[in-house]
Amino acid sequence: MKKGSLLVLGGRSDMGLAVAHHFASLGFSIQLAARKASSGKDKILYAHKSDIELRYNVPVSIFEFDALDVRSCQRFLDNLPTLADITVCAIGLLGEQQRDERSLASSIEVMRSNYEGPALVFTLLANMYEERGHGTLVGISSVAGERGRASNYIYGSAKSGYSNFLSGLRNRLAKKGVHVITVLPGFVASKMTEGLNLPVRLTAQPMDVAIAIERAVWRKRNIVYVKPIWQLIMLIIRNIPEGIFKKLKI
Amino acid sequence: MGSETMLEGWGRFPRHACRVVAPRTESDLIAGVLSGGSAIARGYGRAYGDSAISKTQTIEMRHFNRMLSFSARTGELEVESGVLLGDVIAAFLPRGWFPAVTPGTKFVTVGGMVATDVHGKNHHKDGSFGNFVIWLDLVDSQGKIIRCSRRENVELFEWTIGGMGLTGIIIRVCFRLRAVSTGWIRQTLIPVSDLSSSMDVFESSGGSTYSVAWIDCLSSGAKLGRSLVMLGEHAGASSLSTLERKDIFATSRKRRLSIPFNAPTFTLNSFSLRIFNSLYYWHGRRSGGDSLVSWDSYFYPLDSISHWNRIYGRRGFAQFQCVLPLPHSRAGLSELLRAVSNSGQGSFLAVLKRLGDENKSSRFSFAMPGYTLALDFPINSASLALLDRLDSITLAHGGRFYLAKDSRMTAETLRLSDTRSQEFAKLRTRFKIRSCFASAQSTRLGL
Ligand SMILES: Cc1cc2nc3c(=O)[nH]c(=O)nc-3n(C[C@H](O)[C@H](O)[C@H](O)COP(=O)(O)OP(=O)(O)OC[C@H]3O[C@@H](n4cnc5c(N)ncnc54)[C@H](O)[C@@H]3O)c2cc1C
Ligand SMILES: NC(=O)c1ccc[n+]([C@@H]2O[C@H](COP(=O)([O-])OP(=O)(O)OC[C@H]3O[C@@H](n4cnc5c(N)ncnc54)[C@H](OP(=O)(O)O)[C@@H]3O)[C@@H](O)[C@H]2O)c1
Repeated sequence: MKKGSLLVLGGRSDMGLAVAHHFASLGFSIQLAARKASSGKDKILYAHKSDIELRYNVPVSIFEFDALDVRSCQRFLDNLPTLADITVCAIGLLGEQQRDERSLASSIEVMRSNYEGPALVFTLLANMYEERGHGTLVGISSVAGERGRASNYIYGSAKSGYSNFLSGLRNRLAKKGVHVITVLPGFVASKMTEGLNLPVRLTAQPMDVAIAIERAVWRKRNIVYVKPIWQLIMLIIRNIPEGIFKKLKI
Repeated sequence: MGSETMLEGWGRFPRHACRVVAPRTESDLIAGVLSGGSAIARGYGRAYGDSAISKTQTIEMRHFNRMLSFSARTGELEVESGVLLGDVIAAFLPRGWFPAVTPGTKFVTVGGMVATDVHGKNHHKDGSFGNFVIWLDLVDSQGKIIRCSRRENVELFEWTIGGMGLTGIIIRVCFRLRAVSTGWIRQTLIPVSDLSSSMDVFESSGGSTYSVAWIDCLSSGAKLGRSLVMLGEHAGASSLSTLERKDIFATSRKRRLSIPFNAPTFTLNSFSLRIFNSLYYWHGRRSGGDSLVSWDSYFYPLDSISHWNRIYGRRGFAQFQCVLPLPHSRAGLSELLRAVSNSGQGSFLAVLKRLGDENKSSRFSFAMPGYTLALDFPINSASLALLDRLDSITLAHGGRFYLAKDSRMTAETLRLSDTRSQEFAKLRTRFKIRSCFASAQSTRLGL
């Protein structure tokens, strides 16, 4: 098994941590970047560090990174002791559609957290990877970005932008040795969806996402649906004529 | 917050609709404890009955599953209480460490092991899991986190080990692992023709680290209690053959089988049990002697079949486990086995084990010097009647019951079997925790 290093942006996220565990179990050293991490007061984040280190005997380091703090982004990347072979961005914010519709401030936060922040950090990282001549960038986007729906179009539109961004980035870097993966997880049982009533058959576990990502990295997959059924569901949803779609409640 | 969920133990009986929460942070957990309504911690739900079930608030510990520190000098490991024993083995066996005490499944949490003061096949030698606990952190009824050990908050420490979650929520545990040089066990199989000979083997094999017997519980008369005694020792590296040396800690992965649905109850009638039991017995007789087995198949033979509890069907099953004091063991065990054999109810697994000294740092632990017998029965009216009968035989011989296995005993039976239970109930009143921490089981048993 090839060993290397993995950077997780959004290092406190359930999916990001599952990816960290999975790659650590393969011998990768791990960098976890999360906001409000530098105070050292975050006991849980540090518990995750010791946990991964003890379980898999690999080094784990923690870095402060807030994706909305655009000005410090380059500094954050420059300060990383090593440029990881693989970077997974698990940053995202679901928001609350009905509140966000009525509040520009919270809409802005959802839009920036799902599109601007993740896209800008990949903009800088992509250049660094391109210069180095290899690396894999994994962006966790969402099936919600495939078509806008009344129940989550603010989140969805930002994910849509992010998916589009990843697609273009992949196109640009395809001949530069840098691979870009778009992950469309479908429903995942995580902190983000806690308390929601998700249908069991359509819901993946964070570790399923991690395993799918690992496979996609080795096989150089481009767009990954974690549960294949979602590919079918979205195919149908994308093809419903707009005249009908606008009247649906889905 | 929290959702209404049907909960059951490993025996799938009884089931209760419960409010279940799975806090992610200490402060959420504490807020839950303080929110009123009795609460109980739930680890991996491997207790057979209703020990880890509270209708008002069952607190799942699955998010408290991080390993915190390890000292390779002392073998002391500090973990959050929801860490699985199997994960501890996966992480530390390749570095030469193994749990000092383990139950018959690795799918248990460290918190659950402390709360039941788990005993293993080495109890006669090493005592129970609590012996290896250095300290624990407990969330009490006031929402305070209390460090308990043999030096501080000793009373709480001693009632928490084996206390079935009834003193509070254990959130962190520091315990000692044992050093091993391989992941292989040298096993000696000794087929014996009756109960007496089986006990003789136990008594003369006190030097063996591990010992356990499987009993064919349908044999009767002169053959009552014929069994296979299995002794085990950690194998040294030099005793491995080249094959095992390639995998010195026996950690290469194996496939797991799964029982995918609720098997109909009739597959387990006494006829199939009879075949199962005698096959097992004759197999042992033929291949008797020494062999090298991996830690996984030696300690956790059933773990390779996920959801084996489903073979008993939807109605579930009950496990009976008692311990009889040494002087009464011979007479008591024969009476128990006779009652089982006469009833024709059989038992898929009958396990006999010699237990050693009581754990001095636990006030409510199950084990005492003597013999412990464990049996499974599908739930039906005949088996429930038999279980009552086994209760009274145990009482008559001064024995007591393992609460991690109990799902149906009465408060009166507990009171008669264990004077410590009244003391525990009093302590719970004195500490004002009786209404704060309670399980369906503790309510049933008047603890
Ligand atoms: C196949 C099998 C074999 C077994 N073999 C053995 C054996 O050989 N020896 C033996 O001793 N036991 C044995 N057991 C029983 C098992 O070890 C115990 O029931 C153990 O407690 C299960 O751990 P758990 O995490 O699933 O706990 P649960 O079943 O979830 O809970 C058990 C008890 O522990 C309490 N508890 C759990 N976590 C906490 C916490 N964080 N804080 C406070 N209280 C807590 C619960 O309130 C409950 O009272 C076996 C069980 C099975 C299914
Ligand atoms: N769960 C699902 O059903 C689902 C489905 C499809 C796609 N997704 C996407 O999958 C990804 C991972 O989500 P998850 O399910 O693992 O949920 P999660 O646990 O809530 O993870 C989201 C993470 O994003 C981090 N984050 C948000 N804004 C940030 C910022 N400005 N800077 C740094 N970090 C920020 C959060 O950090 P804090 O902990 O500091 O808040 C949080 O850890 C997200 O992109 C999500 O949109 C999820």
